[in-house]
Amino acid sequence: MKNLLAAATLALSVSASGLAFAEPLKIGMITTLSGGGAGLGIDTRDGFMLAIKNSGNKDITVVTEDDAQKPELAVSIADKMIQSDNVDVLTGIVWSNLLMAVAPGAVAQGKFYVSTNAAPAALAGANCNKLYFNAAYQNDNLHEAMGEYANKAYKKMFILAPNYPAGKDSLTGFKRYYKGELASEVYTQVGQTDYAAEIAQMRASGADGIFVFLPGGMGIAFMKQFAQSGVKIPVMGPGFSFSQDVLPAIGDAALGAKASGQWAPDFDNEASKKFLADFQTEYKRLPSIYAVQAYDAAQLILSAASKASVKNADAFRAELLKADIKSPRGNFKFNTNQHPIQDIYLTEVVKKDGVLTNKTVEKIFADHGDAYAKDCKL
Amino acid sequence: MTLALALEQLLNGIQLGVMLFLMAAGLTLIFGVMGLINLAHGSLYMVGAFACAAVAAWTGSFWIGLVASLIAAAAAGAIVELVVVRRLYDRDHLDQVLATFALILIFSEGTRWLFGSFPLYLDIPPLLQGAVSLPGGAEYPVYRFAIIAVGAAVALGLYFLISRTRLGMRIRAGESDREMIGALGVDIRTLYTVVFALGSALAGLAGAMVGALQSVQVGMGEPVLILAFVVIVIGGIGSIKGALLGALLVGIVDTLGRLLLPQIVGLFMPLAQAGPIGGAIASMLIYVVMALILAVKPRGLFPAAHG
Repeated sequence: MKNLLAAATLALSVSASGLAFAEPLKIGMITTLSGGGAGLGIDTRDGFMLAIKNSGNKDITVVTEDDAQKPELAVSIADKMIQSDNVDVLTGIVWSNLLMAVAPGAVAQGKFYVSTNAAPAALAGANCNKLYFNAAYQNDNLHEAMGEYANKAYKKMFILAPNYPAGKDSLTGFKRYYKGELASEVYTQVGQTDYAAEIAQMRASGADGIFVFLPGGMGIAFMKQFAQSGVKIPVMGPGFSFSQDVLPAIGDAALGAKASGQWAPDFDNEASKKFLADFQTEYKRLPSIYAVQAYDAAQLILSAASKASVKNADAFRAELLKADIKSPRGNFKFNTNQHPIQDIYLTEVVKKDGVLTNKTVEKIFADHGDAYAKDCKL
Repeated sequence: MTLALALEQLLNGIQLGVMLFLMAAGLTLIFGVMGLINLAHGSLYMVGAFACAAVAAWTGSFWIGLVASLIAAAAAGAIVELVVVRRLYDRDHLDQVLATFALILIFSEGTRWLFGSFPLYLDIPPLLQGAVSLPGGAEYPVYRFAIIAVGAAVALGLYFLISRTRLGMRIRAGESDREMIGALGVDIRTLYTVVFALGSALAGLAGAMVGALQSVQVGMGEPVLILAFVVIVIGGIGSIKGALLGALLVGIVDTLGRLLLPQIVGLFMPLAQAGPIGGAIASMLIYVVMALILAVKPRGLFPAAHG
């Protein structure tokens, strides 16, 4: 009888470990849910929670807080989550300046940070960290792709971005691949809403193409004003400039704009179709690339959590690095600096069934990593 | 730099100034008459933009939306005055700032609750689409000309209202001695509500017109509010004339600074570095101008009569 009990206990414990480490995992999500950048944070949260919900994993809890796009608020939320909520993994920050305020401190305290969007150069090169992963890209990537695309048809580009870390990464990335002449390189204020002065410079510059990186409300304002200005130079940008969160508000002024992205709603793979259908059923709207990135970040954390305990940082990190997920983007693996290696596509804004969306045109880069990985010694 | 570019930028500066004037006029009027610092003025701008976008989407007409924005912002202003602000006139400025800051949060969350977090779509009416040619070969959007015209009309209208009508006489009297006009039998409480609603309607009008150019989203009012405060501090708090000149000054300095500073910095260093540095200086320029003006005229260009 005693033996039987022991055997039963043993069998139970074996089957429990076969079910993987069903150990509680607490994720702290800090993202922008109020203010002008809220659309991006809401897509991040919804994409992330969709993957958690689909997994049916009851051992994972997610605490979500709004950073209102303010670095000081993000830092105090992170401190609270680490010290009193005891989270194991942090995620969700949209903006690079906020990420720079939070991520270095979080990893120094032994917490994992899996970025759903922000990917400043400063954390991809010499200052990479074993506990810092990026599930989205490196900030330069989508801009590099547009630089490569611009080489095909344009000789004199006017390039513009907001004056903050991701804006500088953007234009640096663009110039890394673009070989032609620059008509001008302009930095605007973060959150600027009137671009009349810049549009006038574009008109006067003699440029044959315009590259703008203006995420969120900034891009909406720019495109509407540009459409009214009578300037006929073609506009292009990284995917954020024409992402699903801003397209309805820009309206037809965005039609025909070219952008780069690692995902578009017309991707023809099973994971993408399932993601698109699930997202639309759950939230009654089309997802943006922020939602895809967060969905993959959640999938990555889930896949690692099913095989290793987060308390064992080395094992958990090894599982994360395998990137054993079915990404809607198709190819996805991690580089040596724990940033993605993925394909990047050219997309075009089209109207489908009366809804503005992005359509894939061609592949610009296959298995594209980033320029900073070589400086990362992990 | 060509003449066409200079002309276009000057118009851009005037247009920005006119838009700021619509915001600053209400703000300075409310401060002048009631002595109230109203941080929630930016929220009324947002109310105007959302009302215009929602009604324009529903009816298909921008013009009905524009009327709706005036009504909605004036109504929101009147309700805020009756329910909250009325209790603040006798308090000090810190209490006013705290209470009206709370109003910002309430308006923002309320709007998000009603309309969601994604920006709304509001397009320029067909009549004002497109651009017209300027001498020198440049083109300028018709809609921005329309904003300049509306701003000029509002400035004239306010001038007549304040200098030629009975209501204006009471507003001026209220500015110089609040207690005395109450003692003389003027219904000061109604006057306050009317002034507050008028200031709110101007903010709502600005929000609706700018909403068609920019994105209609929660939190759109706060950046404009900061500029509007700069304008009234430069112009002299409480002075409509000061608000007009301050607004034009800020609009033109800001626009030309964004154009010229990166080029001036570019004379000393390569383009890639000049862009961010010039851009950073340009974004501080209006505050530098404000500091200089306050150093020479501590109470602004046109200080109001009372302290």
